[in-house]
Amino acid sequence: MVRLEKRPSPSRFWTMATPVVAVALTMIAGGIMFALLGKNPVEAIRTIFWDPLFNEQFASYSRPQLLVKAGPLILIAVGLSLGFRAGIWNIGAEGQYIIGAICGAAVGLAFYPVEAWYVFPLMVIAGGLGGWAWAMIPAILRTRFATNEILVSLLLVYVAQAILASMALGALRNPEGGGFPGSRNLSQYPAAANPELIAGTGMHWGVVAAFIAVIAAYVLLHRHMLGFSIRLAGQAPRAARFAGVNPDRLVLLCMGLSGGLAGLAGLFEVAGPAGQISIDFGSGYGFTAIIVAFLGRLNPVGILLAGLLMALTYIGGELAQFMLGLPSAAIQAFQGMLLFFLLAVDLFSNYRLRFGKREAV
Amino acid sequence: MNDAQKPALLAVQGVTKAYPGVVANSDVSFSIREGEVHALLGENGAGKSTLVKMIYGLVQPDAGAMELRGVPYAPADPRAARAAGVGMVFQHFSLFEALNVAENVALGMENPPKLRALAQAIRDVSTEYGLPLDPGRMVGDLSAGERQRVEIIRCLLQSPKLLIMDEPTSVLTPQEVEILFKTLRQLAAEGTAILYISHKLEEIRSLCDEATILRRGKVVDTCTPREKTARELAEMMVGAVLTPPARSGGAKGAVALQVAGLSVDSPIPFGTSLKDISFAVRRGEVLGIAGVAGNGQDELLLALSGEVRTARDAVQIDGVGIGDQGPNERRRAGLVAAPEERLGHAAAPDMTLVENALLSGAVRQGLVRRGFIDWAAAKGFAQTIVRDFDVRTPSTGVAARALSGGNLQKFVIGRELSQSPGVIVINQPTWGVDASAAAAIRQAILDRAAAGAAVVCISQDLDELLEIADNFAALNEGRLSAQRPVQGLSIEEIGLMMGGAHGMEVAHHGP
Repeated sequence: MVRLEKRPSPSRFWTMATPVVAVALTMIAGGIMFALLGKNPVEAIRTIFWDPLFNEQFASYSRPQLLVKAGPLILIAVGLSLGFRAGIWNIGAEGQYIIGAICGAAVGLAFYPVEAWYVFPLMVIAGGLGGWAWAMIPAILRTRFATNEILVSLLLVYVAQAILASMALGALRNPEGGGFPGSRNLSQYPAAANPELIAGTGMHWGVVAAFIAVIAAYVLLHRHMLGFSIRLAGQAPRAARFAGVNPDRLVLLCMGLSGGLAGLAGLFEVAGPAGQISIDFGSGYGFTAIIVAFLGRLNPVGILLAGLLMALTYIGGELAQFMLGLPSAAIQAFQGMLLFFLLAVDLFSNYRLRFGKREAV
Repeated sequence: MNDAQKPALLAVQGVTKAYPGVVANSDVSFSIREGEVHALLGENGAGKSTLVKMIYGLVQPDAGAMELRGVPYAPADPRAARAAGVGMVFQHFSLFEALNVAENVALGMENPPKLRALAQAIRDVSTEYGLPLDPGRMVGDLSAGERQRVEIIRCLLQSPKLLIMDEPTSVLTPQEVEILFKTLRQLAAEGTAILYISHKLEEIRSLCDEATILRRGKVVDTCTPREKTARELAEMMVGAVLTPPARSGGAKGAVALQVAGLSVDSPIPFGTSLKDISFAVRRGEVLGIAGVAGNGQDELLLALSGEVRTARDAVQIDGVGIGDQGPNERRRAGLVAAPEERLGHAAAPDMTLVENALLSGAVRQGLVRRGFIDWAAAKGFAQTIVRDFDVRTPSTGVAARALSGGNLQKFVIGRELSQSPGVIVINQPTWGVDASAAAAIRQAILDRAAAGAAVVCISQDLDELLEIADNFAALNEGRLSAQRPVQGLSIEEIGLMMGGAHGMEVAHHGP
């Protein structure tokens, strides 16, 4: 018989090994799934993990995409991880991302065609504030009326998507766009654009912001009293109150921070890679970032690596769809497996397996 | 019939049980006759609980054998133990507060009868054994003593041959203890054997026929408790000579902590609201607050520590109202607090001792500068606590949950006492701590009082309060009795201050 036994202290080895083992198991289970779909599993796995970076034919296009996709994922996930550590579940980053993009884009479009240095910084501020304000709705409802922030933040995503559609068709529509939905292209308006900073790398201001967020979150969690309060509130809420942590203030802070970072991610996306507010602007980064946050074990450095890995499966998944004709549902299932195995293997950092009979009878 | 000739009901022979890293029981043998009240005596961690868990089928021994009425007895689970006639009343009750007494009893039975029949059976058993209990009342409204009666009656309904009681009196007033003992003696007279676990020596002397003394998992002695003094029993249990803490009768200073008209709604479901509590503690003085668990102790600690805020002037330190301030503002004003629950309240289980030292020491020890944590200083503070309070731990880097209960208690009490406080509030300072560590903790509290701190010690251990307190008061249903000097106070008076026996007096419940 096999049973689980709680470890006296969390295992350092498993804390580090969990993501690696989870990725390996995902490759095996994913390979079996691809084989059942009638594809060569080795080729499919290679197409997803290897070709985007090293295939001579595709790498020049797909390698910069890695940072383009990873940037917003990391930026959002770092913000979410702070709340998750404190037991505050912001599931609505997608909505905050959309609202941030709309607010930032609106500021940029309002200045069009003024060419001034301050346009882009103002857009960044508006983007962050937009995401922050959208996240304040579930935060205030929770602190005032004890509503569930998971539900409220999630439902606000659908509200944000409706607002996005109305903006793309109405207030922010390009007056010179021939009646097509979608705003002016901000990436073609130099004062508002978020360009590639180093050619061929995919590096833009959003990626820079993501790296800064990783470093800041690391310092906050390990060196600052606020980070300690966040960890304490998540692990032992009553001990946190004993330590003098105000739970309501923490909710407002963590929700606001994660919303603000999601809003920034939206702004950098709309001013750069996406270029414009369009009906299908919301591409699921806000939801995928939840996976990234957990894949990175809610640790800023882990999130950096997890964001890159997740971006790789996105790009590789697209490549596999295109090259091997794999259905997109299979790619999503593959990404889902990653989270599944991560959470399953995660058990071993706090528990160990015991083989043999339960007790000598 | 002579006691010695009665056949052994349960015989335990050479039982051994090892857990990873610790041998809980090593070659333990003893036997109980029918109608005998047998004490299992030992410090925390001596192996008493493991032993009775094996008898009740919760744990299986690695080696050794048990016989019940001459037949080999190896219960695979508690159900088998109950079927063989073994019942157990646990120290921590397993009752649902939102259900009534009869429903709770039914949940613990294999084949519960119809609720109405069961209610009648409960009434019959409760009158037969002098344990008044209304089967229709919600458990959430019952006192701890009444809840224990629910557990006892649940066992008695299955007419056990052997009844195991784990620390039954820790939640009872002296009057309730008397009622319990009367019941137990009646049961013993009817032939039920009782295995009684406790570290309260006077109780064992008055109740038990035989005692088996465990130390570090081994049987070190057996005796007839009536023939020994409490001190002799304690020394057999600890294996060393004990010295009571020294008290200095120093002069008391000005009032440091003043509580006036403190009323608080309990933040805890089924908790007890505090009603118009007033007291004052002077520098150098220890106020002992007794009371049965669940009469407002937790709420009083929360209101004093600042986790629950009140009107500004309801709590004053050195004449300044701080009732509306949070825990850290109060720490700055000189107040430290140690809650009863170690894991999850006083300490974060998965955090290291260094992080736990920071948890409440940040303000007074200056471990944080402009928001940034001085980890070196925090580590130094944790090491000071470990050294001064003899906390047994491989390092300060281990998680709090890896420490034994007694060691963690020494750590959290040490953390508060090491902050040179002006006011100390402690709930259950020596709960679950072995006798020598408990003596060290009490001595440390008295030392801080001698150094000029005002101390409020909330405890359910009357002996402890009588040992360290200057003044005495009791909490009963959220109200605090008048303060009385400890000197000249009799145990009966204390019992009445604690509210007498719950549910025994008609007047108690009003019209």
